[in-house]
Amino acid sequence: MNDMRPVTPNVRVSIQNLSFYYGRFQALKDISLPLYDRKVTAFIGPSGCGKSTLLRVLNRIYELYPNQYARGKVLLDGENILDSGQDVNLLRARVGMVFQKPTPFPMTIYDNIAYGIKLYERLPRSVLNDRVEHALKRAALWNEVKDKLHDSGLSLSGGQQQRLCIARSVATRPEVILLDEPCSALDPISTAKIEELIDELSNEYTIVIVTHNMQQASRASDYTAFMFLGELVEFGLTEQVFTAPKNQRTEEYITGRFG
Amino acid sequence: MNRSRYFRRRAVNYLLLSLSVCATVFGLGWLLLILGALVRDGVAGITPALFSQMTPPPGSNGGLANAIVGSLLMSALAVLVGTPIGIFAGTYLAEYGRHGWTAFVVRFVNDILLSAPSIIVGLFIYEILVLQMGHFSGWAGAAALAAIVIPVVVRTTENMLLLIPNSLREAAAALGTPRSLVIRTVTWRAARAGIVTGVLLAVARISGETAPLLFTALNNQFWSTNLNAPVASLPVVIFQFAMSPYDDWHRLAWAGALLITFAVLALSIFARTLETRRS
Repeated sequence: MNDMRPVTPNVRVSIQNLSFYYGRFQALKDISLPLYDRKVTAFIGPSGCGKSTLLRVLNRIYELYPNQYARGKVLLDGENILDSGQDVNLLRARVGMVFQKPTPFPMTIYDNIAYGIKLYERLPRSVLNDRVEHALKRAALWNEVKDKLHDSGLSLSGGQQQRLCIARSVATRPEVILLDEPCSALDPISTAKIEELIDELSNEYTIVIVTHNMQQASRASDYTAFMFLGELVEFGLTEQVFTAPKNQRTEEYITGRFG
Repeated sequence: MNRSRYFRRRAVNYLLLSLSVCATVFGLGWLLLILGALVRDGVAGITPALFSQMTPPPGSNGGLANAIVGSLLMSALAVLVGTPIGIFAGTYLAEYGRHGWTAFVVRFVNDILLSAPSIIVGLFIYEILVLQMGHFSGWAGAAALAAIVIPVVVRTTENMLLLIPNSLREAAAALGTPRSLVIRTVTWRAARAGIVTGVLLAVARISGETAPLLFTALNNQFWSTNLNAPVASLPVVIFQFAMSPYDDWHRLAWAGALLITFAVLALSIFARTLETRRS
Protein backbone atom coordinates (compact mmCIF):
# COMPACT_ATOMS: atom_id res chain seq x y z
CA MET A 1 0.00 0.00 0.00
CA ASN A 2 0.97 3.58 -0.19
CA ASP A 3 2.30 4.04 3.31
CA MET A 4 5.09 6.31 2.13
CA ARG A 5 2.79 8.83 0.51
CA PRO A 6 1.91 11.77 2.73
CA VAL A 7 -1.66 11.84 1.36
CA THR A 8 -2.44 8.44 2.87
CA PRO A 9 -5.28 9.02 5.34
CA ASN A 10 -5.36 7.74 8.90
CA VAL A 11 -6.29 4.16 9.56
CA ARG A 12 -9.59 4.07 11.45
CA VAL A 13 -10.08 0.33 11.61
CA SER A 14 -7.28 -2.16 11.34
CA ILE A 15 -8.23 -5.75 10.61
CA GLN A 16 -5.37 -8.07 11.57
CA ASN A 17 -5.08 -11.80 10.84
CA LEU A 18 -8.83 -12.26 11.07
CA SER A 19 -10.29 -15.73 10.65
CA PHE A 20 -13.96 -16.56 10.97
CA TYR A 21 -15.80 -19.81 11.44
CA TYR A 22 -19.38 -20.95 10.95
CA GLY A 23 -19.14 -24.00 13.17
CA ARG A 24 -16.32 -25.97 11.57
CA PHE A 25 -16.42 -24.16 8.26
CA GLN A 26 -13.77 -21.49 7.94
CA ALA A 27 -15.31 -18.57 6.06
CA LEU A 28 -12.48 -16.05 6.45
CA LYS A 29 -8.81 -16.96 6.23
CA ASP A 30 -6.28 -14.69 7.86
CA ILE A 31 -7.56 -11.40 6.56
CA SER A 32 -5.56 -8.23 7.18
CA LEU A 33 -6.50 -4.83 5.83
CA PRO A 34 -6.95 -1.24 6.93
CA LEU A 35 -10.09 0.87 6.67
CA TYR A 36 -9.18 4.49 6.24
CA ASP A 37 -10.76 7.36 8.10
CA ARG A 38 -13.55 9.12 6.20
CA LYS A 39 -13.03 7.01 3.10
CA VAL A 40 -15.32 4.54 1.37
CA THR A 41 -13.99 1.00 1.18
CA ALA A 42 -15.77 -1.51 -1.03
CA PHE A 43 -15.67 -5.28 -0.47
CA ILE A 44 -16.20 -7.09 -3.74
CA GLY A 45 -16.06 -10.71 -4.81
CA PRO A 46 -18.27 -13.56 -5.99
CA SER A 47 -21.11 -14.92 -3.81
CA GLY A 48 -19.85 -16.86 -0.83
CA CYS A 49 -16.41 -15.22 -0.83
CA GLY A 50 -16.88 -13.93 2.71
CA LYS A 51 -17.36 -10.22 2.10
CA SER A 52 -20.62 -10.00 4.04
CA THR A 53 -19.13 -12.18 6.76
CA LEU A 54 -16.22 -9.77 7.08
CA LEU A 55 -18.64 -6.86 7.36
CA ARG A 56 -20.64 -8.67 10.05
CA VAL A 57 -17.51 -9.09 12.16
CA LEU A 58 -16.96 -5.34 12.29
CA ASN A 59 -19.99 -4.75 14.56
CA ARG A 60 -20.05 -8.29 15.97
CA ILE A 61 -23.60 -8.74 14.72
CA TYR A 62 -22.71 -12.38 14.05
CA GLU A 63 -22.86 -12.94 17.81
CA LEU A 64 -26.65 -13.02 17.63
CA TYR A 65 -26.28 -16.56 16.32
CA PRO A 66 -24.79 -19.63 17.92
CA ASN A 67 -21.67 -21.38 16.62
CA GLN A 68 -20.04 -18.42 14.89
CA TYR A 69 -16.55 -17.42 15.98
CA ALA A 70 -13.95 -14.85 15.01
CA ARG A 71 -10.21 -15.18 15.67
CA GLY A 72 -7.69 -12.39 15.22
CA LYS A 73 -7.90 -8.69 15.84
CA VAL A 74 -10.04 -5.82 14.67
CA LEU A 75 -8.69 -2.57 16.05
CA LEU A 76 -11.07 0.39 16.14
CA ASP A 77 -9.12 3.46 17.21
CA GLY A 78 -6.47 1.11 18.55
CA GLU A 79 -8.81 -1.04 20.69
CA ASN A 80 -9.50 -4.63 19.78
CA ILE A 81 -13.28 -4.83 19.40
CA LEU A 82 -13.18 -8.63 19.48
CA ASP A 83 -11.96 -8.59 23.11
CA SER A 84 -14.55 -10.21 25.30
CA GLY A 85 -14.30 -7.18 27.60
CA GLN A 86 -15.65 -4.87 24.90
CA ASP A 87 -19.35 -4.09 25.37
CA VAL A 88 -21.06 -5.19 22.21
CA ASN A 89 -23.91 -2.68 22.45
CA LEU A 90 -21.56 0.26 22.89
CA LEU A 91 -19.56 -1.04 19.95
CA ARG A 92 -22.66 -1.21 17.75
CA ALA A 93 -23.57 2.32 18.72
CA ARG A 94 -20.22 3.36 17.25
CA VAL A 95 -20.40 1.13 14.19
CA GLY A 96 -23.72 1.50 12.37
CA MET A 97 -25.08 -0.95 9.82
CA VAL A 98 -27.52 -0.84 6.92
CA PHE A 99 -28.81 -4.11 5.52
CA GLN A 100 -29.57 -5.58 2.13
CA LYS A 101 -33.33 -5.35 2.53
CA PRO A 102 -34.78 -2.22 4.11
CA THR A 103 -35.63 -2.91 7.75
CA PRO A 104 -37.88 -0.10 9.00
CA PHE A 105 -39.19 -0.70 12.51
CA PRO A 106 -42.97 -1.05 12.90
CA MET A 107 -43.37 2.52 14.15
CA THR A 108 -43.67 6.03 12.74
CA ILE A 109 -41.02 7.59 10.52
CA TYR A 110 -40.13 9.96 13.35
CA ASP A 111 -39.85 7.17 15.91
CA ASN A 112 -37.73 5.08 13.56
CA ILE A 113 -35.07 7.81 13.65
CA ALA A 114 -35.55 8.82 17.28
CA TYR A 115 -35.30 5.19 18.42
CA GLY A 116 -31.53 4.95 18.11
CA ILE A 117 -30.91 8.44 19.48
CA LYS A 118 -33.00 7.81 22.58
CA LEU A 119 -31.03 4.66 23.35
CA TYR A 120 -27.98 6.61 24.45
CA GLU A 121 -29.06 10.20 24.85
CA ARG A 122 -31.75 11.91 26.86
CA LEU A 123 -32.67 15.02 24.92
CA PRO A 124 -35.32 17.70 25.20
CA ARG A 125 -38.06 17.37 22.60
CA SER A 126 -36.87 20.31 20.50
CA VAL A 127 -33.29 19.01 20.28
CA LEU A 128 -34.58 15.55 19.40
CA ASN A 129 -36.74 17.06 16.66
CA ASP A 130 -33.68 18.81 15.25
CA ARG A 131 -31.64 15.63 15.34
CA VAL A 132 -34.36 13.70 13.51
CA GLU A 133 -34.68 16.44 10.91
CA HIS A 134 -30.92 16.61 10.45
CA ALA A 135 -30.63 12.84 10.01
CA LEU A 136 -33.44 12.78 7.46
CA LYS A 137 -31.79 15.63 5.57
CA ARG A 138 -28.46 13.82 5.60
CA ALA A 139 -30.20 10.82 4.06
CA ALA A 140 -31.89 13.02 1.42
CA LEU A 141 -35.30 11.95 2.65
CA TRP A 142 -36.51 15.03 4.51
CA ASN A 143 -38.36 16.67 1.63
CA GLU A 144 -40.31 13.53 0.92
CA VAL A 145 -41.40 12.82 4.49
CA LYS A 146 -41.45 16.13 6.35
CA ASP A 147 -45.26 16.34 6.15
CA LYS A 148 -45.87 12.77 7.25
CA LEU A 149 -43.37 12.16 10.03
CA HIS A 150 -46.05 10.43 12.05
CA ASP A 151 -47.04 7.96 9.35
CA SER A 152 -45.75 4.42 9.64
CA GLY A 153 -42.25 3.80 8.34
CA LEU A 154 -43.68 0.81 6.52
CA SER A 155 -45.77 3.12 4.31
CA LEU A 156 -42.69 4.33 2.42
CA SER A 157 -41.42 2.89 -0.87
CA GLY A 158 -38.46 0.50 -0.89
CA GLY A 159 -35.94 3.19 -1.80
CA GLN A 160 -37.34 5.56 0.80
CA GLN A 161 -37.28 2.81 3.42
CA GLN A 162 -33.61 2.18 2.70
CA ARG A 163 -32.82 5.88 3.05
CA LEU A 164 -34.83 5.85 6.28
CA CYS A 165 -32.55 3.07 7.52
CA ILE A 166 -29.49 5.08 6.53
CA ALA A 167 -30.93 8.09 8.36
CA ARG A 168 -31.58 5.92 11.41
CA SER A 169 -27.99 4.77 11.35
CA VAL A 170 -26.60 8.29 10.85
CA ALA A 171 -28.81 9.72 13.60
CA THR A 172 -26.92 7.93 16.36
CA ARG A 173 -23.67 9.57 15.15
CA PRO A 174 -21.60 6.46 14.62
CA GLU A 175 -17.95 6.56 13.59
CA VAL A 176 -18.14 3.80 11.02
CA ILE A 177 -21.08 2.88 8.79
CA LEU A 178 -21.35 -0.61 7.32
CA LEU A 179 -23.50 -1.06 4.23
CA ASP A 180 -24.37 -4.63 3.24
CA GLU A 181 -25.44 -4.51 -0.41
CA PRO A 182 -27.69 -1.56 0.35
CA CYS A 183 -28.95 -1.17 -3.20
CA SER A 184 -29.55 -4.75 -4.24
CA ALA A 185 -33.30 -4.48 -3.63
CA LEU A 186 -33.65 -1.03 -5.20
CA ASP A 187 -34.39 0.40 -8.64
CA PRO A 188 -31.71 2.39 -10.54
CA ILE A 189 -33.04 5.80 -9.48
CA SER A 190 -33.06 4.94 -5.79
CA THR A 191 -29.64 3.36 -6.24
CA ALA A 192 -28.26 6.57 -7.73
CA LYS A 193 -29.65 8.53 -4.78
CA ILE A 194 -28.03 6.21 -2.29
CA GLU A 195 -24.67 6.31 -4.06
CA GLU A 196 -24.80 10.09 -4.02
CA LEU A 197 -25.58 9.87 -0.34
CA ILE A 198 -22.64 7.55 0.34
CA ASP A 199 -20.34 10.00 -1.37
CA GLU A 200 -21.61 12.83 0.80
CA LEU A 201 -21.52 10.84 4.04
CA SER A 202 -17.89 9.92 3.43
CA ASN A 203 -16.96 13.48 4.39
CA GLU A 204 -17.90 12.62 7.95
CA TYR A 205 -17.89 8.86 8.33
CA THR A 206 -15.70 5.88 7.61
CA ILE A 207 -17.81 3.78 5.27
CA VAL A 208 -17.61 0.15 4.23
CA ILE A 209 -19.85 -1.13 1.46
CA VAL A 210 -20.35 -4.70 0.32
CA THR A 211 -21.53 -4.84 -3.26
CA HIS A 212 -22.06 -7.23 -6.12
CA ASN A 213 -22.14 -4.39 -8.56
CA MET A 214 -18.75 -3.60 -10.11
CA GLN A 215 -19.87 -0.24 -11.42
CA GLN A 216 -21.10 0.68 -7.98
CA ALA A 217 -17.79 -0.25 -6.40
CA SER A 218 -15.85 1.77 -8.95
CA ARG A 219 -18.20 4.76 -8.73
CA ALA A 220 -18.74 4.94 -5.00
CA SER A 221 -15.55 3.79 -3.30
CA ASP A 222 -12.07 5.12 -2.64
CA TYR A 223 -10.55 1.75 -1.76
CA THR A 224 -11.49 -1.71 -2.92
CA ALA A 225 -10.85 -5.12 -1.39
CA PHE A 226 -11.33 -8.11 -3.67
CA MET A 227 -12.09 -11.34 -1.85
CA PHE A 228 -12.27 -14.89 -3.08
CA LEU A 229 -13.05 -18.10 -1.17
CA GLY A 230 -12.54 -16.45 2.21
CA GLU A 231 -9.23 -14.86 1.31
CA LEU A 232 -8.30 -11.29 0.61
CA VAL A 233 -6.87 -11.38 -2.90
CA GLU A 234 -6.18 -7.74 -3.47
CA PHE A 235 -6.62 -4.44 -1.68
CA GLY A 236 -5.79 -0.97 -2.89
CA LEU A 237 -7.06 2.32 -4.23
CA THR A 238 -10.20 1.65 -6.24
CA GLU A 239 -8.72 3.30 -9.30
CA GLN A 240 -5.68 1.07 -9.16
CA VAL A 241 -7.67 -2.14 -8.50
CA PHE A 242 -9.98 -1.43 -11.41
CA THR A 243 -7.47 -0.14 -13.95
CA ALA A 244 -4.32 -2.04 -13.08
CA PRO A 245 -5.11 -5.04 -10.89
CA LYS A 246 -2.04 -6.82 -9.62
CA ASN A 247 -3.68 -10.20 -9.34
CA GLN A 248 -5.00 -12.11 -12.29
CA ARG A 249 -8.10 -13.33 -10.44
CA THR A 250 -9.01 -9.76 -9.62
CA GLU A 251 -8.75 -8.82 -13.26
CA GLU A 252 -10.85 -11.77 -14.36
CA TYR A 253 -13.53 -10.94 -11.84
CA ILE A 254 -13.83 -7.23 -12.55
CA THR A 255 -13.84 -7.78 -16.28
CA GLY A 256 -16.64 -10.30 -15.82
CA ARG A 257 -14.83 -13.41 -16.90
CA PHE A 258 -15.81 -15.29 -13.76
CA GLY A 259 -17.89 -14.89 -10.65
CA MET B 1 -49.68 -30.82 -29.18
CA ASN B 2 -51.45 -33.68 -27.51
CA ARG B 3 -54.91 -32.43 -26.63
CA SER B 4 -56.10 -35.58 -24.90
CA ARG B 5 -53.57 -35.01 -22.10
CA TYR B 6 -54.92 -31.55 -21.59
CA PHE B 7 -58.58 -32.67 -21.63
CA ARG B 8 -57.85 -35.40 -19.13
CA ARG B 9 -56.21 -32.87 -16.84
CA ARG B 10 -59.21 -30.59 -17.20
CA ALA B 11 -61.58 -33.43 -16.32
CA VAL B 12 -59.53 -34.28 -13.24
CA ASN B 13 -59.60 -30.62 -12.28
CA TYR B 14 -63.42 -30.51 -12.45
CA LEU B 15 -63.66 -33.71 -10.48
CA LEU B 16 -61.42 -32.44 -7.68
CA LEU B 17 -63.14 -29.08 -7.66
CA SER B 18 -66.57 -30.66 -7.23
CA LEU B 19 -65.27 -32.95 -4.47
CA SER B 20 -63.87 -29.93 -2.63
CA VAL B 21 -67.13 -28.05 -3.00
CA CYS B 22 -69.07 -31.04 -1.68
CA ALA B 23 -66.78 -31.34 1.34
CA THR B 24 -67.12 -27.62 2.07
CA VAL B 25 -70.89 -27.67 1.75
CA PHE B 26 -71.07 -30.73 3.97
CA GLY B 27 -69.00 -29.08 6.68
CA LEU B 28 -70.63 -25.69 6.51
CA GLY B 29 -74.07 -27.28 6.27
CA TRP B 30 -73.79 -28.83 9.72
CA LEU B 31 -72.49 -25.58 11.12
CA LEU B 32 -75.47 -23.72 9.70
CA LEU B 33 -77.87 -26.36 11.06
CA ILE B 34 -76.33 -26.02 14.51
CA LEU B 35 -76.51 -22.24 14.38
CA GLY B 36 -80.07 -22.45 13.03
CA ALA B 37 -81.19 -24.75 15.85
CA LEU B 38 -79.48 -22.49 18.39
CA VAL B 39 -81.20 -19.39 17.12
CA ARG B 40 -84.58 -21.10 16.75
CA ASP B 41 -84.61 -22.48 20.29
CA GLY B 42 -82.50 -19.87 21.99
CA VAL B 43 -83.78 -16.58 20.76
CA ALA B 44 -87.03 -16.87 22.74
CA GLY B 45 -85.00 -16.98 25.93
CA ILE B 46 -83.05 -13.79 25.24
CA THR B 47 -84.99 -11.43 27.49
CA PRO B 48 -83.99 -8.71 29.95
CA ALA B 49 -84.69 -11.24 32.70
CA LEU B 50 -81.91 -13.45 31.34
CA PHE B 51 -79.37 -10.82 32.36
CA SER B 52 -81.00 -9.66 35.57
CA GLN B 53 -82.36 -12.76 37.33
CA MET B 54 -80.67 -15.72 38.97
CA THR B 55 -80.85 -19.32 37.85
CA PRO B 56 -84.26 -20.49 39.06
CA PRO B 57 -85.36 -23.69 40.71
CA PRO B 58 -87.43 -25.82 38.36
CA GLY B 59 -90.88 -24.46 37.65
CA SER B 60 -90.22 -20.79 38.37
CA ASN B 61 -88.96 -17.90 36.26
CA GLY B 62 -85.38 -16.77 36.23
CA GLY B 63 -82.34 -15.87 34.19
CA LEU B 64 -78.64 -16.57 33.98
CA ALA B 65 -77.24 -13.43 35.60
CA ASN B 66 -75.14 -15.29 38.18
CA ALA B 67 -73.78 -17.68 35.55
CA ILE B 68 -72.93 -14.86 33.14
CA VAL B 69 -71.10 -12.92 35.83
CA GLY B 70 -69.37 -16.07 37.09
CA SER B 71 -68.17 -16.92 33.61
CA LEU B 72 -66.97 -13.38 32.99
CA LEU B 73 -65.15 -13.25 36.34
CA MET B 74 -63.36 -16.56 36.00
CA SER B 75 -62.51 -16.07 32.32
CA ALA B 76 -61.15 -12.59 32.99
CA LEU B 77 -59.04 -13.87 35.87
CA ALA B 78 -57.78 -16.80 33.79
CA VAL B 79 -56.78 -14.50 30.93
CA LEU B 80 -55.19 -12.03 33.34
CA VAL B 81 -53.03 -14.77 34.83
CA GLY B 82 -52.49 -16.87 31.71
CA THR B 83 -51.64 -14.14 29.21
CA PRO B 84 -48.43 -12.80 30.77
CA ILE B 85 -47.17 -16.30 31.54
CA GLY B 86 -48.00 -17.43 28.02
CA ILE B 87 -46.44 -14.40 26.36
CA PHE B 88 -43.23 -14.61 28.38
CA ALA B 89 -42.88 -18.34 27.81
CA GLY B 90 -43.58 -17.94 24.09
CA THR B 91 -41.04 -15.13 23.93
CA TYR B 92 -38.47 -17.32 25.63
CA LEU B 93 -39.07 -20.07 23.09
CA ALA B 94 -38.84 -17.78 20.07
CA GLU B 95 -36.18 -15.31 21.18
CA TYR B 96 -33.85 -16.77 23.77
CA GLY B 97 -34.16 -20.52 23.77
CA ARG B 98 -34.78 -21.11 20.09
CA HIS B 99 -32.11 -23.77 19.57
CA GLY B 100 -31.58 -24.85 23.15
CA TRP B 101 -32.41 -28.06 24.94
CA THR B 102 -34.66 -26.36 27.52
CA ALA B 103 -36.75 -24.79 24.79
CA PHE B 104 -37.12 -28.13 23.08
CA VAL B 105 -38.48 -29.68 26.28
CA VAL B 106 -40.74 -26.72 27.07
CA ARG B 107 -42.13 -26.76 23.53
CA PHE B 108 -42.79 -30.48 23.72
CA VAL B 109 -44.55 -30.25 27.08
CA ASN B 110 -46.55 -27.26 25.88
CA ASP B 111 -47.74 -29.21 22.85
CA ILE B 112 -48.95 -31.99 25.13
CA LEU B 113 -50.71 -29.49 27.36
CA LEU B 114 -52.28 -27.89 24.30
CA SER B 115 -53.93 -31.11 23.26
CA ALA B 116 -54.63 -32.51 26.74
CA PRO B 117 -58.34 -33.20 27.33
CA SER B 118 -59.65 -30.35 29.43
CA ILE B 119 -61.24 -32.74 31.91
CA ILE B 120 -57.71 -33.81 32.87
CA VAL B 121 -56.88 -30.19 33.59
CA GLY B 122 -59.99 -30.01 35.77
CA LEU B 123 -59.02 -33.13 37.70
CA PHE B 124 -55.50 -31.81 38.18
CA ILE B 125 -56.72 -28.53 39.65
CA TYR B 126 -59.21 -30.48 41.78
CA GLU B 127 -56.32 -32.46 43.16
CA ILE B 128 -54.01 -29.57 43.92
CA LEU B 129 -56.47 -26.79 44.81
CA VAL B 130 -59.94 -28.06 45.64
CA LEU B 131 -58.76 -30.91 47.87
CA GLN B 132 -56.21 -28.70 49.62
CA MET B 133 -58.71 -25.90 50.23
CA GLY B 134 -61.38 -28.39 51.20
CA HIS B 135 -64.10 -26.87 49.01
CA PHE B 136 -64.95 -25.90 45.44
CA SER B 137 -64.19 -22.30 44.56
CA GLY B 138 -64.07 -19.66 41.85
CA TRP B 139 -60.31 -19.46 42.30
CA ALA B 140 -59.97 -23.11 41.38
CA GLY B 141 -62.20 -22.57 38.35
CA ALA B 142 -60.10 -19.63 37.20
CA ALA B 143 -56.91 -21.64 37.73
CA ALA B 144 -58.25 -24.48 35.60
CA LEU B 145 -59.17 -22.05 32.82
CA ALA B 146 -55.75 -20.35 33.09
CA ALA B 147 -54.11 -23.74 32.62
CA ILE B 148 -55.96 -23.94 29.31
CA VAL B 149 -55.12 -20.37 28.29
CA ILE B 150 -51.38 -20.70 28.84
CA PRO B 151 -50.47 -23.30 26.18
CA VAL B 152 -52.63 -21.54 23.56
CA VAL B 153 -50.94 -18.21 24.19
CA VAL B 154 -47.46 -19.79 24.35
CA ARG B 155 -47.97 -21.42 20.99
CA THR B 156 -49.39 -18.39 19.16
CA THR B 157 -46.85 -16.01 20.70
CA GLU B 158 -43.96 -18.24 19.63
CA ASN B 159 -45.35 -18.68 16.12
CA MET B 160 -46.01 -14.99 15.66
CA LEU B 161 -42.52 -14.05 16.87
CA LEU B 162 -40.95 -16.62 14.56
CA LEU B 163 -42.68 -14.89 11.64
CA ILE B 164 -40.73 -11.71 12.35
CA PRO B 165 -37.68 -11.75 10.06
CA ASN B 166 -34.28 -11.91 11.74
CA SER B 167 -33.21 -8.92 9.68
CA LEU B 168 -35.46 -6.76 11.86
CA ARG B 169 -33.80 -8.06 15.03
CA GLU B 170 -30.39 -7.51 13.47
CA ALA B 171 -31.30 -3.98 12.48
CA ALA B 172 -32.36 -3.13 16.02
CA ALA B 173 -29.30 -4.82 17.53
CA ALA B 174 -27.05 -2.99 15.05
CA LEU B 175 -28.03 0.31 16.65
CA GLY B 176 -26.63 -0.93 19.94
CA THR B 177 -29.96 -1.98 21.41
CA PRO B 178 -29.74 -4.53 24.24
CA ARG B 179 -31.56 -7.76 23.51
CA SER B 180 -34.41 -7.32 25.96
CA LEU B 181 -35.13 -3.87 24.52
CA VAL B 182 -35.09 -5.25 20.97
CA ILE B 183 -37.77 -7.70 22.04
CA ARG B 184 -39.90 -5.20 23.93
CA THR B 185 -39.75 -2.35 21.45
CA VAL B 186 -39.36 -4.00 18.07
CA THR B 187 -40.28 -7.68 17.84
CA TRP B 188 -43.26 -7.58 20.21
CA ARG B 189 -44.52 -4.53 18.44
CA ALA B 190 -44.13 -6.16 15.03
CA ALA B 191 -45.99 -9.26 16.26
CA ARG B 192 -48.57 -7.41 18.36
CA ALA B 193 -51.64 -8.11 16.24
CA GLY B 194 -50.81 -11.81 16.10
CA ILE B 195 -50.22 -12.08 19.83
CA VAL B 196 -53.49 -10.29 20.60
CA THR B 197 -55.24 -12.66 18.22
CA GLY B 198 -53.80 -15.58 20.17
CA VAL B 199 -55.15 -14.20 23.44
CA LEU B 200 -58.59 -13.69 21.90
CA LEU B 201 -58.57 -17.24 20.59
CA ALA B 202 -57.72 -18.46 24.08
CA VAL B 203 -60.69 -16.48 25.44
CA ALA B 204 -62.91 -18.11 22.83
CA ARG B 205 -61.54 -21.49 23.79
CA ILE B 206 -62.21 -21.19 27.54
CA SER B 207 -65.60 -19.55 27.26
CA GLY B 208 -67.16 -22.87 26.30
CA GLU B 209 -65.17 -25.15 28.60
CA THR B 210 -67.38 -27.17 30.92
CA ALA B 211 -65.30 -30.10 32.09
CA PRO B 212 -62.55 -28.18 33.93
CA LEU B 213 -65.18 -26.16 35.81
CA LEU B 214 -67.24 -29.13 36.96
CA PHE B 215 -64.62 -30.25 39.48
CA THR B 216 -63.36 -26.82 40.41
CA ALA B 217 -65.89 -23.99 40.47
CA LEU B 218 -68.82 -26.39 40.63
CA ASN B 219 -71.99 -24.31 40.45
CA ASN B 220 -74.01 -21.87 42.50
CA GLN B 221 -77.65 -21.04 42.07
CA PHE B 222 -77.37 -17.74 43.90
CA TRP B 223 -75.71 -14.47 43.10
CA SER B 224 -72.11 -14.75 44.22
CA THR B 225 -68.94 -12.97 43.27
CA ASN B 226 -67.07 -14.52 46.17
CA LEU B 227 -64.29 -16.48 44.53
CA ASN B 228 -63.70 -18.45 47.71
CA ALA B 229 -67.06 -20.11 47.23
CA PRO B 230 -68.49 -22.16 44.37
CA VAL B 231 -69.31 -19.93 41.38
CA ALA B 232 -71.87 -20.49 38.63
CA SER B 233 -70.75 -20.45 35.02
CA LEU B 234 -72.59 -20.55 31.71
CA PRO B 235 -71.24 -23.88 30.42
CA VAL B 236 -71.91 -25.72 33.67
CA VAL B 237 -75.40 -24.25 33.99
CA ILE B 238 -76.14 -25.19 30.38
CA PHE B 239 -74.93 -28.72 31.10
CA GLN B 240 -77.05 -29.02 34.22
CA PHE B 241 -80.19 -27.47 32.71
CA ALA B 242 -79.97 -29.31 29.42
CA MET B 243 -79.78 -32.66 31.25
CA SER B 244 -82.86 -31.85 33.33
CA PRO B 245 -86.43 -32.86 32.43
CA TYR B 246 -87.83 -29.31 32.86
CA ASP B 247 -88.93 -27.22 29.87
CA ASP B 248 -88.13 -23.83 31.40
CA TRP B 249 -84.60 -25.01 32.25
CA HIS B 250 -84.23 -26.21 28.66
CA ARG B 251 -85.23 -22.78 27.41
CA LEU B 252 -82.56 -21.14 29.58
CA ALA B 253 -79.95 -23.63 28.46
CA TRP B 254 -80.66 -22.79 24.81
CA ALA B 255 -80.44 -19.09 25.56
CA GLY B 256 -77.13 -19.55 27.35
CA ALA B 257 -75.73 -21.59 24.48
CA LEU B 258 -76.78 -18.90 22.03
CA LEU B 259 -75.13 -16.27 24.22
CA ILE B 260 -71.78 -18.10 24.35
CA THR B 261 -71.81 -18.88 20.65
CA PHE B 262 -72.39 -15.31 19.60
CA ALA B 263 -69.87 -13.96 22.10
CA VAL B 264 -67.26 -16.32 20.64
CA LEU B 265 -68.33 -15.45 17.10
CA ALA B 266 -67.95 -11.75 17.85
CA LEU B 267 -64.51 -12.35 19.37
CA SER B 268 -63.36 -14.40 16.37
CA ILE B 269 -64.51 -11.73 13.94
CA PHE B 270 -62.73 -9.11 16.02
CA ALA B 271 -59.56 -11.24 16.05
CA ARG B 272 -59.77 -11.75 12.32
CA THR B 273 -60.12 -8.04 11.58
CA LEU B 274 -57.08 -7.35 13.76
CA GLU B 275 -55.14 -9.88 11.74
CA THR B 276 -56.16 -8.50 8.36
CA ARG B 277 -55.39 -4.96 9.43
CA ARG B 278 -51.85 -6.09 10.20
CA SER B 279 -51.17 -7.46 6.70
